[in-house]
Amino acid sequence: MRAQPRSGIVRMERKWGIAFALPAIIGFVVFVFGPMVASLVFSLTDWSIGSDFRFVGLDNYRQMTTGDPLFSKSLYVTLYYTIGSVPLCMLAAFLVAMLLNQKVKALPIFRTIYYLPVLVPSIANSMLWLWLFNPDFGLFNSALRSVGLPGSQWIYSETAAIPSLILMSSWGVGNAAVIFLAGLQGVPRHLYEAVEVDGGGALRKFWHVTLPSMTPTIFFNVIMGMIGTLQVFDQAYVMTNGGPNNATLFYIFYLYRKAFAETEMAYASAMAWVLFLLIMALTALVFRSSRFWVYYEGGNKP
Amino acid sequence: MRMSTAKLLHRSAIYLILVAGSIAMIFPFAWLVRSSFMSTAQIFTFPPEWIPRPFEWQNYRDALTVVPFRRYFLNTMLLEVCVVSGVVLTSAMAGYSFARLRWPGRGVMFGLLLSTLMLPYAVTLIPTFMLWKSVGAINTYWPLIVPAWFGGGAFNIFLLRQFFSTIPKDLDEAAYMDGASPPTVLWKLILPLSKPAIIVILIFTFIGTWNDFLGPLIYLSDNDKYTLALGLASFRGMYNAQWGYLMAASSAIVAPIILLFFVAQRYFIGGITLTGIKG
Repeated sequence: MRAQPRSGIVRMERKWGIAFALPAIIGFVVFVFGPMVASLVFSLTDWSIGSDFRFVGLDNYRQMTTGDPLFSKSLYVTLYYTIGSVPLCMLAAFLVAMLLNQKVKALPIFRTIYYLPVLVPSIANSMLWLWLFNPDFGLFNSALRSVGLPGSQWIYSETAAIPSLILMSSWGVGNAAVIFLAGLQGVPRHLYEAVEVDGGGALRKFWHVTLPSMTPTIFFNVIMGMIGTLQVFDQAYVMTNGGPNNATLFYIFYLYRKAFAETEMAYASAMAWVLFLLIMALTALVFRSSRFWVYYEGGNKP
Repeated sequence: MRMSTAKLLHRSAIYLILVAGSIAMIFPFAWLVRSSFMSTAQIFTFPPEWIPRPFEWQNYRDALTVVPFRRYFLNTMLLEVCVVSGVVLTSAMAGYSFARLRWPGRGVMFGLLLSTLMLPYAVTLIPTFMLWKSVGAINTYWPLIVPAWFGGGAFNIFLLRQFFSTIPKDLDEAAYMDGASPPTVLWKLILPLSKPAIIVILIFTFIGTWNDFLGPLIYLSDNDKYTLALGLASFRGMYNAQWGYLMAASSAIVAPIILLFFVAQRYFIGGITLTGIKG
């Protein structure tokens, strides 16, 4: 084999660099960027499958805010779920991670137990919770009745449906907990020792070391949790079909119905863009606020 | 070592909460398994019993044969092989290119890819569906497989790029001096050094495909093309109150994933941590 001159290496890197990135670039154009632009264009038309279409400007968007009570319902339901589920799961996950970080024995066993529910495929998960929530013979009502308490209609009641699904989501705290735990284990020991030298107790350590050091991880988990809960679909499809009386008409479920049951592709595209803007706005909000509460070691820059 | 009473109390409180939480985590599993072995008569009793009498193994046999779950399983595995290999191969190529090969426009392209991380799938869903419809690929596996062969998702590329970046660049330079080309470097040098990251992507892609519901729901219409997730959902429609059957079928879909977890546990924890902390 002969050695290659430097200019040969530059040329070779360029050639192979582009070749190796090409599938990803094509994929980006064909499956992400192209469809993104297309859905934006669709959203400005009155198109539905099997018919011609014409541009209607912002009519679809106007329709959402003024002429479609189900749209506002689905937005409300989804935000309700997000606002209930994300903080609850974050708090529970953080508590579990804090406890697991106290040099507990059998840590791998506990960690596995808390993580296992995360692995259950969402369809099987929906099926299982459907059965747990069963008003007549489900686990929850059986347990309540055994101790003489009245049961609930759970997902079959208009008021209890979303709280029930929030409860169900808390079964999946393991994912965030494992991430929190890794973050906690990465908090530099010397910071704790510094507080000890100053005579600070456990509370001070938590407030001045643990919490500030964990803010980037909390930030990450909050954003990921939010993006996930805003796009819930499977539960609505399998468990409630959006009911009762649209109490669980999640945003994506409504969008799916509009697109694939009512073939209102244009309207559904507009809904998708509203969701996108909503996610960006919420992320920006968390991001902007992050400078007040997210602490990065070695300078406060993200 | 002796502990003071306060400390003992403190430790006990920690374990008490952890154990209580663990019980809460395990209960739904217990309910799932116990129901999957019960006869319909025993399931509908109050107060609920925990030990199936008799053990209805029959539930599994019936549930898995009244609908063609064997077929669904084979379909899912076919999909898995095609998707996982595509994702691993093309995301490794892209990750390698973005991490270690210099070419014009690399930074911009990577930035563009990253910017799609937060894009809800709903935005691309409808035009992508129309695209597949226009080429007559509805009710085939192509819409579920082909995207995997074109980069395998921004997240995987990002993850591999980060991982590849930690390997000293001198290694490539030395290989080039010996006359190696980038494909050789990727195959012989980078991939062997990155096994943990590759396995993480492999596992999470496998699980993602196993669990995917919306994709198969939209693209597959023939019953004999269904995946396990889709088959389970349709099963629910047919056997609405047959909880023994439904729980047996659900268990059968959960079990392989749990098994995979126990086989590859250290990669799981490593993977979640990697994605969580570096993300």
